[in-house]
Amino acid sequence: MNKKWLATPYLFWAVAFIVIPLLMVVYYGMTDKTGAFTWENVIAITSPEHVKALMLSLLLSLISTIICLLLAYPLAMILVAKHASKTSFIVMLFILPMWMNFLLRTLAWQTLLEKNGVLNGILSFLHLPALNLINTPGAIILGMVYNFLPFMVLPIYNVLAKIDINVINAARDLGANGIQTFLKITLPLSFPGIASGITMVFVPALTTFVISTLLGGSKILLIGNVIEQEFTTASNWHLGSGLSLVLMIFVLLSMVISSFFDKDGEGAAL
Amino acid sequence: MTQKKQASERFTGFLKKFYVFLIFVFLYAPIVTLMVLSFNASKTRSKWGGFTLKWYFELFENEAILKAFSNTMIIAFLSALIATILGTAACIGIRNMKKRHQGIIMGVTNIPMLNAEIVTGISLMLLFISLGIKTGFLTVLLSHITFNIPYVILNVMPKLKQVNNSTYEAALDLGASPVYAFFKVVFPDILPGVFSGFLMAFTMSLDDFIITHFTKGAGLDTLSTKIYTEVKKGIKPEMYALSTLIFITVLILLILVNKMPDPKAKEKA
Repeated sequence: MNKKWLATPYLFWAVAFIVIPLLMVVYYGMTDKTGAFTWENVIAITSPEHVKALMLSLLLSLISTIICLLLAYPLAMILVAKHASKTSFIVMLFILPMWMNFLLRTLAWQTLLEKNGVLNGILSFLHLPALNLINTPGAIILGMVYNFLPFMVLPIYNVLAKIDINVINAARDLGANGIQTFLKITLPLSFPGIASGITMVFVPALTTFVISTLLGGSKILLIGNVIEQEFTTASNWHLGSGLSLVLMIFVLLSMVISSFFDKDGEGAAL
Repeated sequence: MTQKKQASERFTGFLKKFYVFLIFVFLYAPIVTLMVLSFNASKTRSKWGGFTLKWYFELFENEAILKAFSNTMIIAFLSALIATILGTAACIGIRNMKKRHQGIIMGVTNIPMLNAEIVTGISLMLLFISLGIKTGFLTVLLSHITFNIPYVILNVMPKLKQVNNSTYEAALDLGASPVYAFFKVVFPDILPGVFSGFLMAFTMSLDDFIITHFTKGAGLDTLSTKIYTEVKKGIKPEMYALSTLIFITVLILLILVNKMPDPKAKEKA
C-alpha cells in the first residue's frame, strides 16, 4: 500500500512550526538589531550575571535530577514487583495530578512551606525548630523534584517491567546474591530508562523560569528567568535568542548522552 | 530460622508500602492543600477562617475565570482533535516510507517533546510575529497542535507496527475500497493508541503554561496564564474551587472507566 501522501500535511506542519521557528531563533541569536551578523548575543552568556544564572540553573537541575533518580528507582522497582498487570493504573496515578493546574500545584507548596505554613505547623507541634524553607534554592529544588518526578518514574518503570523474570532467576540459580543480581543484571538492563528519565527531568529543570518565580521569590534568577525577561519585559529578542542558543547546546548535549545509552528508544517515557 | 526470615520479609514488605505511601503523600499533598483552601472562609492562604462554600457560588459569577476556563477547554479539545487526525495520518504515511526517511522525520517529531519548552515557546513567538500574525487564540491553538502531535505519534506508532498488513490486503482482495478496508480492519486495531494519544494531548494542552505564555498576546487568557498574572496580587479563591471541581470530575470519570467491565476480559471468559 502506498500511503506516503498521508504524512504530507504533517510534514508541512513540522517544517512550518518546528524547523523554521528554530531557524528563526538561530537567526535572531546571531544578528543584532540592524540585521548584521554578530556573535555578541551568544558571547553575552559570559557576562557575570548570566554566568551566575547559568551555573545556578545547572547546579539546581543536577541536584534535582539526582534526587529524582534516587527516589524514582526504588519506587519503580517496588511498583513493578507489585502490580505487574496494572500498568495503566500506575501511569494514571502519576498523570492524574496534571489535571490540577501545574502553577496552582506549585503555588500550594508555598502554603506548605512558608513560615506559618503547614510543615512548620507540624514541626512546632512536635516541638521541633521551625525551618526557613520558602524563597530558598532548596524550595526550587523541591518544586523541580515535585513537578518532574513522574518523568523519571515512568521510563524506569517501563524498562524494568520489560525485564524477563527468567533472566533474574537464572542469575540467582547461578549463585548470584540479591545485590550482585541487581548490579549485574537489573541495573544495566535499565540504563535506557534511566538515560531517558534523566533527560526528561534535567532539560525542563534546567530551563524552567516558572518554578523559580513561584518558589524562589523574585531574588533567585535562573537562566530561564533571564531569557524570559529578555522576551517580555526587556524586549531584547536578539539577546534572548542568543542565550537560548547557549541553552540549546546543553539540551542537545544531554540528548546525545541519553541516546548513547538508549539506542533503540526503549526508554520512551509513556 | 524460617520464622526469622518471614519476619524480615514482612518488615521489608512494610517498608516498601511505607515508601510508596510517602511518595504519594508528596505527590498529592499540594492537591489536598488546594482542595482544603477552596473551602477556606479566609481570603489569605496562610490562615484557616472556617468552612465555607462561598467560593463555589462566586465562581459561577466570576466571568473572567469562566472565560479563561472555556478558552482552556476549547483550545485543549481542538488542539488534541486536530493533532490526533494529523498525527494518525502521519503515522500511516511514515510507516510506508524508507527506513532512512522514517528516522529523519521521527527525529524532527521528537524535537518539541525533548527541547526546552521555553525555546519552543519563543521560537513560535518569533515565527508568528515576523509573519505578522496577530498573537491570540489562533496562534495559541497552532502552537498547542504543534506540541501535541508528537504525543499522538508516540502513542499511535507502536500500535500501527503491531497491525498485520495481510488482513488489510485480504480486505482489499475481497473487494473493499482502501478507505473502507482501513476503517474496518486497521483502525479498530490502532484505536486504543489513537484514543490514548488524544487523551495525552488533551492533558498536555490543558496543563501547558510556558508555550501559551509566549504565544498568547495580550487579549487572551487561559487558566494557566490567568493564574500566573494573579500570583503577585494573590490568587482568587474561586480558582481553587474551580480546580477542585475539575480534579474531582476527572477522578470520578477515571474511577467509572476503571470500574466498567473490560470487554476483552469478558470475551476470554
